[in-house]
This record gives sequence, C-alpha cells and structure tokens, in this order.
Amino acid sequence: MMNRTACLEILKKTITDEIVISSYSTASEWIEMNDRPLNYFSHGAMGLCSSHGLGMALALPHKRIIVLDGDGSLLMNLGTLVTLAAAAPKNLVHLVFQNGTYEANGGHPLPKRDVDFAGMARSAGFKRVHSFEDSRNFEQQIGAVLKEEGPVFADILIEQGPLGPRSYEEMYRPERRRKLKEVLQAGG
Amino acid sequence: MNAPAKPADTEGSLSGAAILRAVKAAGIEYVLSVPDLHTAKGLLAPISTDKDFKLVRVCKEDETLGIAAGLLYGDKRSLILIQYTGFLYAMNAIRGVACEQKLPMVMMIGLLSKEVGVAPQDSKRFGLRIVEPILDVMGIERHYIDLDADIAAITPAIERAYAQSRPVAFLIGRRPS
Repeated sequence: MMNRTACLEILKKTITDEIVISSYSTASEWIEMNDRPLNYFSHGAMGLCSSHGLGMALALPHKRIIVLDGDGSLLMNLGTLVTLAAAAPKNLVHLVFQNGTYEANGGHPLPKRDVDFAGMARSAGFKRVHSFEDSRNFEQQIGAVLKEEGPVFADILIEQGPLGPRSYEEMYRPERRRKLKEVLQAGG
Repeated sequence: MNAPAKPADTEGSLSGAAILRAVKAAGIEYVLSVPDLHTAKGLLAPISTDKDFKLVRVCKEDETLGIAAGLLYGDKRSLILIQYTGFLYAMNAIRGVACEQKLPMVMMIGLLSKEVGVAPQDSKRFGLRIVEPILDVMGIERHYIDLDADIAAITPAIERAYAQSRPVAFLIGRRPS
C-alpha cells in the first residue's frame, strides 16, 4: 500500500511533455505539487476522466496522454475500459489510484473495496496491464510503463489520503483550459 | 429553433444520406455513439462504413461528452449520436461538460417510438414529451428533424454551435431511411 502523494512525486520526476488529466483528490494534490499548462482537470461529471483522455488521445496522436483516475470514479464509468480497449489509442496511459473509498465524497467506502481493476482491464482487452503495491516497484517501473505502447492500464494501491474539504475552483478555471489549448496550438 | 415542434406530416420522408451529407458539410469527423434502434439503419450503419467518419462506439452515453470535450483540444469536431433514453441518462454530463463549460457539442437524438404525424410534446410516451422541455430549461438550442425539408437546418446550426461555443441538439422525429 502506497501513499498517493509519494506516487505523484515520483510521477512528477518522470513526466516531461505529456498531458496529465486528473480529477478530484488526485487533481488537488497534483496541482499543488506540479502546476503546469499541460495539466487538464476533468470536471463536469464524475467518472469521465478517462473519456476526456480518450478524446485527447485521438485528437492529438503525437502527444502522450496520462490519465490519473480514482477507483470510485472508474466505477462510475466502468464501460470506459471496454471503450478504451476497443479504440486502442497508442498514446494513452490510464493510471487508477485505488484506495477503496469515495475519498472526495467524505471517505465512505466503495460498495466493495478489493475490486480487481487490473483483471477488469485485462478482460476488457487492454494488452498492457500493471499493478503496483509498493513504492519501490512503482519508482523503478513507472518510467518504462509510461513509454509503453498504449492503451496501458495500471492499478496503484494506495492508502486513503486526507479528507476534504477541497476547493476545485482554481483548477477548474476556464483560463486553464484556454491556456492548454494555446500551448497545444503552439506545438507544445 | 426552440419553438415547439410542428405536428409532423404523416406523409413524407427523412433521408439518412442527406442528414449525413449535412453533418459532413459542417466538418464533423468523429461520431460517438451508442446504437439507437431509431437511427441504427439510416444513420449509424452508413456511418460505420463511411471512410469520412471515424466512429467511436461507446458503452454508455455520458462517455460521449467527455470524449467530445477531449477532441476539441485537437480541433476535431464530433457528432454525438444517441437515443433519447441515452440523452436522459447522460443528463449530468450534458449539464456539467456541455452546458456549464459552454462547449460546442452536437447531439443527434433519436426519438424512438414517436408516433408518425405527432409532435414530440403530444406523444403518448412520457419520455418523449419531456425531451424538448428539458433541452429548453438547459438552454440548449434544438431543431426538430422530421422531414427532408428540415435537414437544411443542420449544417448552419452546427457551424453556429462551434462559432458560439455552445451545445446544439437535433431531434430525429421519424426513422431516417
């Protein structure tokens, strides 16, 4: 079991010019430690993080898209695994932080905590699937995982992080989305 | 636009091929869809074999809103092709992604089982009667496409939606040929 903040610190050291799409608790921590134009914060409806990612991956085949999803969010849009596997974008990496709770909604448990998301991803048709339970393996392998031909799925077992309240206003500002588009249009 | 749909003629037809020409003329490249019996033969089947379209088959209708939003970052235009029941299912995503973020999202919504010659608001089916009022309360421009003559509205309405960055909905009244 890992700490999400530690995982994100490792990711921060690993990524370069990828677009990182995140939501809720993960997004809150990510923006605090790595506020950059190539971040995109999925909002509007819980669970759609990976769907936004699929759209970007299809529209921007030259860019690597990394989706930072949560297990509660994924359960709200479980069909996305089949859609992603069928669309098969080579530039998409779907990372799911699994803590067994709706952390952003008060920390209540999911209906079932020990869901085998990696198994689900395999069944859905993902060819490259990983599971991480300790930070040493994560640190050693995540760089290579992010470079694999997509779609790639990885389940990352973490402990529950601090409960809110969190403010999402800053990350959801329209100016952020405009800036991302400007950077992309400029070839970023 | 958002006036109540006219009572439809019992005579007349709706050409699926003409609808798709209008969609193409507006620069739509991607089609995001859950199959709808109402449009399965007249629209989705030809789309699935048309090299000008890239079809993304999804499992649930709300996925289409996220995918359409992502596509915008590569300036790709998309058509969301769903049944009215899927529209109702995806309501929160339409609210949060299309309406609140003021994004150009083009929805083509099949009114499955609507009686020919009966306007949606007069249908015997509760689910069909509420579609137009819901679109109105959400402030989404809507067009009722029931006859070939209605198809002329499609291309300019899509162009306006993109120019003004807002959603638009086309309600497919009769089953396209």
